[in-house]
Amino acid sequence: MGNASKLALMASVVLVFFGVLLLVFFLAARTKGRVQTPLARLIFLGPAALLLLIGLVIPAVQTTYQSFLGADGKNMVGLANYSWIFGTESNWVFLRNTAIWIVVTPIFSTVVGLVLALLMDRMRRESLPKSLIFMPMAISFVGASIIWGLIYEYRDPAETQVGLLSAFVSAFGFTPDNWLLLQPWNTFFLIIIMVWIQVGFAMVVLSAAIKAIPMDVTEAAMLDGAVGWKLFSKVTVPMIRGTLVVVLTTIAIGVLKVFDIVRTMTNGNFGTQVLSNEMYAQAFVQFDKGRGSALAVVLFVAVIPLIAYNIVQLRKEQSIR
Amino acid sequence: MSVETPGIAAATEKPLIAAPDHGGMSSALRRNLSSPWATGFVIVLTVLWTIPTLGLLVTSLRPADQANSTGWWTILANPIFTFDNYQEVLTGGETIPGGILPYFINSFVISIPAAIIPLTLALMAAYALAWVPFKFSNAMFLSIFALQVVPLQMALLPLLQLFNLGWFGLPPLRTLVQDIPLLGTWIWPTGGTSFMPLWIAHSMFALPLAIFLLHNFIAQLPRDLFEAARVDGASHFLIFRRIVLPLSVPAIASFAIFQFLWVWNDLLVGLTFAGGTVDVAPITVYLSNIKGTYGSSLHLITAGAFIAIIVPLIVFFSLQRFFVRGLLAGSVKG
Repeated sequence: MGNASKLALMASVVLVFFGVLLLVFFLAARTKGRVQTPLARLIFLGPAALLLLIGLVIPAVQTTYQSFLGADGKNMVGLANYSWIFGTESNWVFLRNTAIWIVVTPIFSTVVGLVLALLMDRMRRESLPKSLIFMPMAISFVGASIIWGLIYEYRDPAETQVGLLSAFVSAFGFTPDNWLLLQPWNTFFLIIIMVWIQVGFAMVVLSAAIKAIPMDVTEAAMLDGAVGWKLFSKVTVPMIRGTLVVVLTTIAIGVLKVFDIVRTMTNGNFGTQVLSNEMYAQAFVQFDKGRGSALAVVLFVAVIPLIAYNIVQLRKEQSIR
Repeated sequence: MSVETPGIAAATEKPLIAAPDHGGMSSALRRNLSSPWATGFVIVLTVLWTIPTLGLLVTSLRPADQANSTGWWTILANPIFTFDNYQEVLTGGETIPGGILPYFINSFVISIPAAIIPLTLALMAAYALAWVPFKFSNAMFLSIFALQVVPLQMALLPLLQLFNLGWFGLPPLRTLVQDIPLLGTWIWPTGGTSFMPLWIAHSMFALPLAIFLLHNFIAQLPRDLFEAARVDGASHFLIFRRIVLPLSVPAIASFAIFQFLWVWNDLLVGLTFAGGTVDVAPITVYLSNIKGTYGSSLHLITAGAFIAIIVPLIVFFSLQRFFVRGLLAGSVKG
């Protein structure tokens, strides 16, 4: 299909969608009396409810069921897929890496974001640096991977290094390594990409929380002689603790599902595999539906406490303010 | 150009970011605290954060032989720029046959309906849940809210089955679509790939968050408006078009931008439902695939990546307020 034809198809689909919707609205609005309100409910809620049922509810049940089936999705194998996940030694690599990702990324991003938010709160021209540091949030993980691939680019030491990191290391007289092959550090090089993206998020959210600390609290503390570190650790951090936790858990949730960076940079090779990329590999490369589904369920179960904690924190915040 | 931190949540009302500005520190106090050391540190970090993207842009503008043999920072000593890489990447050449342009178009063709359709359906559902209540509307809202927990990885295999093989012995969606008179085989070519699975999958995955956010916004519109309109005999459909739609514009804009960019930047859904074909695959899938093959042609891969990120960057710098609002509200999306 040519480009123009694709765009025409898109326009037609959108037009048909709105056309059908308007027609339904027009016809339903002509009904009178007691029928109208139930009919309106059905028309307004029906499509979304149907899509949610087909798109999330039924698939979630099916995936859970399939996680107890074999590779072809036919024979019941009990917990074999789960014991494969946790009982196979070669799988410890992706389990370990996922754990490292979940611990390191949120902490690093939040600490840097918090420092920036604090320092910027004291600056008069904060909008430009804020925009530039937030900018990576707009870029896709794939784009970010290519951006950082350029930094980690490695050439034979006999040649000129074109990657920034390699050139930097060479400039100090060291021999650069092929960073993405360098275990176990390569996982941390991938984590840096995620940190680069998430710091802006942490900074903006924490900055809003810091600005929301009532002025009298800060002033009273300062009158009592709290400055610098003391003001920060005894006043600022306790006042924004709820937001800090939400930022940490939100980044952790995102990290748990990180797939794009690992797939684009190393495709999980060289000891960099993580849970979500392993899930994709099992389901769509090895075509093992059972294991793929079981990995998806593990992901689901791991996300639940984080999101639940997040919601509880949000509720608490809401009731305080 | 400024990131509007206070009031970011005005449209989406997420408590986390709805923190009202109590004045913060007074400007005198702020000046008192500011130190050249702090400013210097922020400037250093800002430069550090910008260098990676700058390196990509500069490399993409350098002649092929230079881009692949010297570091991009040497451009200062040897400033030669060219648009040849963009020409080759867009329309195709020896290294990248066919070029990236079809995938760039695909990304638009996927993203626009995948933002408009769920947004419309979510707005309708949110209105009904908020202002046409019934016995189970609260339970329904809570269930939809809870669905945000389900990661989309849980839905990939079953949905692929639904599209290509069918569920419970029913015909697959593919044949159902192809049987639609006139449009059917245009939307889903016989034996070919279609945008349809991508539109549907993205719409489904967008709904829980969209309904949740829009409901929070719509539920806070003044009750009098709806009561007056009902008393005047306006139908729910008229109220939806004349009251809900115009008043929800800020929330709609924020979510539309968030969802458009989410779909534009997505890799997993694209990879699963589009495969790698030039007919439907988005630019992210193409870039991820060629990174391994042509990764050593730095001048081309950087130009390709810049083409992919220029759209989000334009949206970011032109609509920053809505962008930040939408992104923060949607940061928990699965």
